[in-house]
Amino acid sequence: MNTFYKKYIPYLFLLPAAVMLTVFFFIPFFQTVILSLKDFSSDIYNPVFVGFDNYKILLHSKEFYEVLFNTFLFLIMAVPTLTIIPLIVAIFINQKIKGITIYKLLIYLPVIVSIVVVAIAFKWMYAQEGILNYVLELFNFKPIGWLTDTQFAMLSVALVTIYKGIGYYMMIYLSALIGVPKDLYEASETDGANEFYKHLNVTIPHIMPTIFLVVTISSISALKVFAEIYVMTKGGPLNSTKTIVYYIYEKAFENLDLSYSSAASVILLIVILIFSVINITFFENKRYKL
Amino acid sequence: MIRKFIKGFTSHIFLIFMSFLSLFPFLWLISTALKGTNENIFEYPPYFIPKQLTFDNFIGVWHKIPFLLYFLNSFIVAAFTVILNLILSSLAAYPLARMNFKGKNLIFTLILVTIMIPFQAIMLPIYLIILKLHLSDAYGITMGYLGLILPFAVNAFGIFLMRQAFLSVPKEMEEAAFIDGCSVFNIWRTILLPMTSPTLAVLAIFTFIGSWGEFLWPSIVLTNKNLYTLPVGVNDLQGMFSANWRYIAAGSIISIIPIIIFFICMQKYFISGQNEGAVKG
Repeated sequence: MNTFYKKYIPYLFLLPAAVMLTVFFFIPFFQTVILSLKDFSSDIYNPVFVGFDNYKILLHSKEFYEVLFNTFLFLIMAVPTLTIIPLIVAIFINQKIKGITIYKLLIYLPVIVSIVVVAIAFKWMYAQEGILNYVLELFNFKPIGWLTDTQFAMLSVALVTIYKGIGYYMMIYLSALIGVPKDLYEASETDGANEFYKHLNVTIPHIMPTIFLVVTISSISALKVFAEIYVMTKGGPLNSTKTIVYYIYEKAFENLDLSYSSAASVILLIVILIFSVINITFFENKRYKL
Repeated sequence: MIRKFIKGFTSHIFLIFMSFLSLFPFLWLISTALKGTNENIFEYPPYFIPKQLTFDNFIGVWHKIPFLLYFLNSFIVAAFTVILNLILSSLAAYPLARMNFKGKNLIFTLILVTIMIPFQAIMLPIYLIILKLHLSDAYGITMGYLGLILPFAVNAFGIFLMRQAFLSVPKEMEEAAFIDGCSVFNIWRTILLPMTSPTLAVLAIFTFIGSWGEFLWPSIVLTNKNLYTLPVGVNDLQGMFSANWRYIAAGSIISIIPIIIFFICMQKYFISGQNEGAVKG
């Protein structure tokens, strides 16, 4: 095709987005790196350049290790669950039975409701004399301090994330399940395989790329967890639910400790970058190819 | 035949169970909100149907919290975020889908990089920039709104989504329009945009939901309660009515009514399975 536009036209179209991405993306990105190399503790208006000192101190601090451990713990709780449960739900949903639309709507509902409301609802259920402790007692368990016991607090937070994520990942799986050829199931059925083996041998291998996609995107969003913690525990009790984004937030906006906040940001950034690169090169490469 | 029946039966049982789990936290909030002041909301065993059914908690919290103002704030922020995203994404996507120019590879890669870097890691400098540009509520309501909107005015997901949509439009239409003397801008406006309106709708709806639910950023930048968006206002309930769970529950339920209506009206966009790429992670 002969070019029917002047040379500057493409840049004109790109300009508004480029300005916004520069101001609210690239500049802050470089600033984060620069801030992490400076020390603000003596004078917040005249920081001193200290190289990698902030990172050294951060990586030797007990609190930051706790934060990394908590983040990892949260990831271990949320990611496998959010990979498996939505898949099972999606397999059940992907049938021609009555009322599927209603089921889909109800299971998807928590995805669109604000996380703040979901977290408040769970906080209410987690109350010491709340409904969940009653359920535990019904099954002859002792009541637990869902959000007040350091042993359980992180699990309680993760349950909220899992609850809110099931519908979202279910929809991702559903669009993959639609692509599994029907005749493969028929072949498996004539071989006498039951439902469980049918899906184990046909469905799972066929949608493996989608399973990995869900693993990577749920890992990325697990690393970014914030609102649940802010609303329910504020990082407590005894820092047991303080994850990296909450730490970044607290250091920057409550302790005005810009150096450690930025250094932790850069660490988060590198970890997420790794997951994203894997994601984009292996699972979403079609969309992002020029 | 029997096997098929059992399969259908277990499927329904399982799906009803999942739907119930999905609804339960909200039902429990509603139940609590409907209980009267003489009822013990901590009673063992807990019961679901209020003994003294009352709407007093809804009325009470409605009078104490300016919900309409929060709705309006959330709506203004979400609406302008959507408009800016639609315009900026589809403008930027056009040359990336259709034109050849110097630096295309570089620009494409830079936009892709923005997907990989989380907002949470760069929010501190964004906050400093917002302050420097006077885009905060200390400088008036308009500046306050702009501070909530502008950092989310465009994102790479939207650009790539629109680029994909433009790629699927036949080139011949543009060539014909050009021969008829149509300018590039008008080709974009009168041919490409209408042809890709389903994708624009998907982008609009998911940007709206994202902006409507955003909590971290507004809770960082807002200092003036008159600019609170719904999530920030709802979180504030906890501090205002520290032990009054009837009010907190009633307020939480009120706050989700608009988004539930929106969800029911737009349901096909959420559950059709065609849009998984449009949602942010």
